[in-house]
Amino acid sequence: MDAHFQALIVVLPLLAAPLAALLRGRTGPWLLATLVSWAMLGLALALLLKVQAEGTLSYALGGWAAPIGIEYRLDALNAFVQVLLALVAAVVLPFMHLSAAQEIDEERLPGLYAAVLLLLAGLTGITATGDAFNVFVFLEISSLATYTLIALGQDRRALTSAFRYLIMGTIGATFFLIGVGLLYGMTGTLNMADLGERLPAVADTRTVHTAVAFLVVGVCLKLALFPLHLWLPNAYTYAPSAVSALLAATSTKVAVYVLIRFLYTVFGVEFSFGELPLTSILVVLAMLGMLIASAVAIGQQEVKRLLAYSSVAQVGYMVLGIALATTAGLTAALLHLFNHALMKSALFLALGCIAFRMGGTRVEHFKGIGRSMPWTSAAFVAGGLSLIGVPLTVGFISKWYLVLAAIGQGWWWLVVVILISSLMAVVYIWRLVEVAYFETPAERDRHHEAPLSLLLPTWLLVALNFWLGIDTRLTVGVAESAARALTGGGS
Amino acid sequence: MTSLGLYNYWIVIALMMLGLYTVISRGNLVKKLIGLGVFQTAVFFMYISMGFVKDGAAPILTEGVEVYSNPLPHVLILTAIVVGVATLALGLALVIRIKEAYGSVDDDELQAMDNAS
Repeated sequence: MDAHFQALIVVLPLLAAPLAALLRGRTGPWLLATLVSWAMLGLALALLLKVQAEGTLSYALGGWAAPIGIEYRLDALNAFVQVLLALVAAVVLPFMHLSAAQEIDEERLPGLYAAVLLLLAGLTGITATGDAFNVFVFLEISSLATYTLIALGQDRRALTSAFRYLIMGTIGATFFLIGVGLLYGMTGTLNMADLGERLPAVADTRTVHTAVAFLVVGVCLKLALFPLHLWLPNAYTYAPSAVSALLAATSTKVAVYVLIRFLYTVFGVEFSFGELPLTSILVVLAMLGMLIASAVAIGQQEVKRLLAYSSVAQVGYMVLGIALATTAGLTAALLHLFNHALMKSALFLALGCIAFRMGGTRVEHFKGIGRSMPWTSAAFVAGGLSLIGVPLTVGFISKWYLVLAAIGQGWWWLVVVILISSLMAVVYIWRLVEVAYFETPAERDRHHEAPLSLLLPTWLLVALNFWLGIDTRLTVGVAESAARALTGGGS
Repeated sequence: MTSLGLYNYWIVIALMMLGLYTVISRGNLVKKLIGLGVFQTAVFFMYISMGFVKDGAAPILTEGVEVYSNPLPHVLILTAIVVGVATLALGLALVIRIKEAYGSVDDDELQAMDNAS
């Protein structure tokens, strides 16, 4: 039975999606989606344990062996990302029940949960497959679901944000398709491991260089690397609260995974960072993103948009780690991928609680919530501390590894940039803390604490932020072994 | 082979740039979607023409035929066409909802209304 887990984790949400769309009412579809996400978490954990015990797993879809058939290939890297995906989904979906019921018409709820399940199917599909064209198909499944989810926001600006994201996202995905096509034309294969073997022979041709350019630009659009991030702030701002949490924690992370997979497994470290000037391009863009997006975040009045800009900056940290092209750098990137998902989902869920009680998430809605909603505010502050990178939180761990990797390269100026960007995070989080705790609400507050079913998922994520910040054996161990395998460092 | 001998790629590049330029330059959302469609179709052409084998027959097993075209790119593009149709349908659905909510489908006007609110 467990031989089929690799396919089951993708098939399960895919099959559940139409079922959820057929169910009626507000509880049925939600219950189905939540149960599926829990099952996915179980499958993902079982697969991670299996990968750690047995090494890379290969699954021939439909019994057709690779490279002719489509292969699902699981190693430490994508098993790790799958656990992250399933974990975030399993925590955010229970939260979604009340939050979405308040923000979205009841007749649209089955559609919402169907789209969430399709999103999960697409994202796990991207991580599960070992076939380059399959990545494109799953990328589009997840993207189409994302556009739908964003358009479900209350504000009419959700529609225009979804449309603009649709245009940008489709251009990005088509660029990716062009890249895959050119690679196929040169090598005659679509299997990623096979591509990695056949590419060195033809690597020094203009076609392959063009393919790399299209692939990297296409994926960077999806992961919102500065300056290709323009779709992200509006998309996160106007999407329903719980959807923002889910998207912020998962979709950009999976795009980062695709970038790592292509640069390291398909093109190889020597080619991507030795022959092509990708290190300098990515480092410069990542640094600009960290500084500019953090600076823009400081001035925002809408807290969701503030967090969205902060996400663009945080993507910079991940790309920085990837571009260092060392085992230490890649470990830091993977850790930050996981840890950032934990902190951003905690912050967005806390915002969801605030939106539930206060009816909005602008800075003025924060007035006095330190007193009226103590648990929610505490969760927000804890998530903020993790975002800044205070010791004992996960944010500290990944920044620590990133700084170590930068010092390992002898790039001291990079450490300075990381510190400046973290200080800017202190500024924008402190501003909110000040409003929440030191300003009194305009009217005598009738608001009270968010309901338990919203607080529990939020605090579960906050607890994970601290738990994995203190006991780092699990995350660091997996990230290191994945990074070592990818950079070819052996053992 | 001269550079014009691969004229199929020139057609692909021309269509691709036309499509992308339409997406960027047109303010009307429907025209943007049309541009996006042209852009995607250009990529489909690229794949399909790549599967062409000189003197190759249609890839159906027949007696006496030795050379077949490569069917794999065609199959890939069948999938990509489906994806393209779904994207277009979703895009048009969004345009209808935007028209209902704003009363306009012009990007500049929408931007102005968003900035005003």
